[in-house]
Order: sequence, then C-alpha cells, then structure tokens
Amino acid sequence: MNIKTIKDELIDEFSMFDDWMERYEYMIELGKSLPIIDSKFKTDDNIIKGCQSKVWLHADLENDKVVYSADSDAIITKGIVAILIRVFSNQNPDTILKTNTDFIDEIGLKEHLSPTRANGLVSMIKQIKMYALAYQTQIGL
Amino acid sequence: MNDQNSNTLFDVETIRNDFPILSRTVNGKPLIYLDNAATSQTPQQVIDVIVDYYSNYNSNIHRGVHTLSQEATDKYENARHTIQKHFNAAHAHEIIFTSGTTHSINLVANGFASFLTENDTILVSALEHHSNIVPWQMLCEKTKASLKVIPMTSEGSLDMNAYDELLLLNPKLVFVNHISNALGTINPIEEMIEKAHKVGAAILIDGAQACPHIKPDVQALDVDFYVTSGHKMCGPTGVGMLYAKESWLHKLPPYQGGGEMISEVTFEKTTYAGLPHKFEAGTPNICGGIAFGAAIDYMNGIGFEAIATYEHELLEYATEKLNAIEGMRIYGPKTDKTSVISFNIEGVHAYDIGTIIDKLGIAIRTGQHCAQPIMDYFEVSGTARASFCFYNTKKEIDTFVEGLKKAAMMLR
Repeated sequence: MNIKTIKDELIDEFSMFDDWMERYEYMIELGKSLPIIDSKFKTDDNIIKGCQSKVWLHADLENDKVVYSADSDAIITKGIVAILIRVFSNQNPDTILKTNTDFIDEIGLKEHLSPTRANGLVSMIKQIKMYALAYQTQIGL
Repeated sequence: MNDQNSNTLFDVETIRNDFPILSRTVNGKPLIYLDNAATSQTPQQVIDVIVDYYSNYNSNIHRGVHTLSQEATDKYENARHTIQKHFNAAHAHEIIFTSGTTHSINLVANGFASFLTENDTILVSALEHHSNIVPWQMLCEKTKASLKVIPMTSEGSLDMNAYDELLLLNPKLVFVNHISNALGTINPIEEMIEKAHKVGAAILIDGAQACPHIKPDVQALDVDFYVTSGHKMCGPTGVGMLYAKESWLHKLPPYQGGGEMISEVTFEKTTYAGLPHKFEAGTPNICGGIAFGAAIDYMNGIGFEAIATYEHELLEYATEKLNAIEGMRIYGPKTDKTSVISFNIEGVHAYDIGTIIDKLGIAIRTGQHCAQPIMDYFEVSGTARASFCFYNTKKEIDTFVEGLKKAAMMLR
C-alpha cells in the first residue's frame, strides 16, 4: 500500500477519538498487532538506545522492500513502534528515507516527538531509517 | 476522599500557598507533584530573593569596592553563615559553595587522588546514586586503588556485617549516602562514621536525599565530609555545598584554578587563597548561594521536626493505599526510610504508568533513578518512584492512587 494512504488511514482512525485516553487505548490496541521480532534477533545489539523501556528492532529485505519487526517491554512504546512499522514496513528504502514523520503530530501524539522524551521515538525513527539506508546501499551495489 | 491532615503541626494549605507552581494545571488537571526526590519546588520567599538579587544588587562579589558588590558579598557570605549554622559546622569557612552534590563529590575525589596509591582501598555502598559511584571509579582508575562495595540486604538496607569485614582492609575512605535516592533507605551513618574512624578511614556522606527531611549536625556526627544540593531543599538548581572539616580543607589541593582562589600570582608561582576561597575558583553562582540560604531559612521556619512528622504521616498513608492495589510491589525497607516509595505494578511497565498518570497531571519518576546497581539487585529494569514533600496532601495521594488504578486497568 502507498505510504501516503497508510498515513491518511492512521490520521483518520485517530481523528475518531475525542480524548487522550481513547487515543492511548487505541495505540495500546495497535501494539497488539505489532509484527513481533524473531527471538533470535531479540539481542542487546538490537536494542534501541535512548528509550526508558526496551525496544528491539530488526529489518529484513524482501523483494527490495524493507520489512520491519520489533518488540518492547512497555505497552505504550509497543504501540508507538507498531504505528511506525505500519507506515514504514513493506516500502522500498528510497520511500522510507524520503518520508517525514508529520503524521505523528497529526494523530495527536506530538508530545512523543520531542527528542528529549524518554520514549525514544526519535531514536526509533532514526534506526528505521538506518536500516533503509543500509538496504538501499545493498540494493545499489 | 480523605483530606484530614490530622496530627500535623502545621497547616498544609497555608504552606501550599507559598508555592506558586502548585496551582498550575498539567494536561488540564491540577498538578500533583510527586517527584520531590528529583527536585523540590520553590516557595515564593525564595523566588523573591532571586528577583531581588537581579533587580537590586546583581554584581560580582569579593574585592569590589562599590556598594552593589559589597551588598552582594554580604548577602553571599551571610548565606554561608546560614548554611554553617544549619549544619552546625564549627566554622563558616568549612562550608564550600559548589554547583551541587555531584560537584562536591568530585572536588573531594579529585583531592584524594594525591593521597592514594595502588595499595589503598576505598569503600562505597551498594545503595549509591551514580554520582557517588562514578567519581570514585575514576579516582581508582587514576590511582590504581581498589574500590570495594558494601553490599545491601534483600530489604534494601546496607549489610553491616559485611561493612565490618570490609573495614578490616583498612580503607582510606568510605562513601555512603545518608539516604538512598532510589529506595529512601536511611543508612545508619552514625555507626558507620564511628567505625570508619576506628580504622583511620575518612568518610564522606552524600546528604542530597537527607537534607530535605532532616537536619544533620556535622559536629555531632563527627563526619569528615558532608555534601548536598540546594534544589532538593526548596532552593534553586546549580548550587550546593561541601562541608569538610577544616583540617581536610587544608590538606586537600585546590580542585580548579582561576580567579577568586588565589592570593598572589606571578608566572613563577601562585599562592592559594585561604579557606573557603581556595576551593571556589571563578565567579560563583552568587544568586544561587543567596537563594540557597533563603531556602534553608524557609525550611527552618516550618521546622524540620514538623516536616518529618508530616512527611512520615504521608508515607504511611500512601504505603497503605498503594499496597491495596492488586499486584503492587514496593521496594526497599519497611521502616527507617523517608517519604519515597519505589514500586512496580505486576504486569505493567513503570514507563507506561508514568506516561499515563502524567496525562492525569501527576508527576512521578520512572526508570533506574541513576542507581542501576540497585535495579540489577532487584532484577528489574526500573521502578516507578513517588516521593512526597511537606506540601503534598493526602487528597493528592488519593488522586494518585486512583490514577494508578486507572493506568493499571488501561495497561494490563
């Protein structure tokens, strides 16, 4: 699916909620659909630094598309990473690298975007893009 | 809701009026500030002192002949006397202004580098904040001295039998916090100081977590070094103090070179200034020092006995209410602790709890509390920590507990 369509879908879904509690409950719900990282990749090397909770992220290249999987020991963080993966997974590296994260603001989770927040959203995005960059280089070679 | 702050020696509502920040809202809810062990809030009386300094007599201290400089110098030195009196130091020059506890500890650690060799041992307790571990590790790297750890019991108290055994190694120095920041444990420092001195060791007590709750008497304790920060006791950030016995201050070399700390300077040789200026290089945090003094005056105005009694009441009330939450685990000792509760709710990550209750206007701390070794001991990745101050109320605790229940329901 086109990355723009996915972003619009998410913005639509979150716009149904009036208050923060419903938004968080939905985010927690989304966390349950997270493609869970294979246990063999759930290593210390794959832990994203800068998060108060543990987040493991892995990416494979399938048909020139980057497919992400992750996990976290905190349920809200799991929701955040699930939202990111829904947007970025199954896209080609170029698209991932060009996509901005304005949608986070538009779904009402702007507070998580500050680089000083302990949830490490910024670090997660950085890691997602690092994988895309690595696979882009690999495809180009 | 129970807001009967009975048996208290003061009126908490009147006290709350002194703290402007307590009437703000966070995420549309009245702020409930339970992160006091990280930093305490500032009363209007202290804010006024800061405004007065910058509005009326801001200038550089010492050596200035003009009126503003003399006024600022007087107030700064008066603050030093206030601190001296508060801690019952024998001399005002035994109080060194620093930027805070971490700076104070580094000053002492740096000084000891010239006294230690590879044959020496220093002891540090397992209950320490990172700021009281890392400087000693750096010191040991530099001097090749060995660092030994006084272990903790499963209750979260120090193992005193192990301490006795470690003292047989004849350590040069012992470092322990008065009260643990992660668990609130009150360490038996009187006994530890006496025992350290019996084997000829010097002892430094980190009082950052103790000073908001109790009034230490450094002469009665016979402690060599006692350190604390202003911002934990209603003062501003960026200022703190080192108390050291005069004899130690003569022995220790200066920490930093610069203005203020010198007597005579030629390119061949510099003579250092007398105490306390030898350790106060450069323009200090003048306003901060004066405000630190004002904060101590403010707290003494309420009275430490009244503070301790009221905070203990809050602690007992909160502990009982929290224990009623399903899956609650509280870490640390049951007695001999200050108003800090470090906890987890089974099946829920501390970070998630902190995030949800922040939405309800409640500020607590989550994570490792700069005390990773303690977290490793309890085999947890972190805890949630609520810490209470004399301006908190039982009603706030009720709201906090309701918030936790709500969070647990959402998160399980």
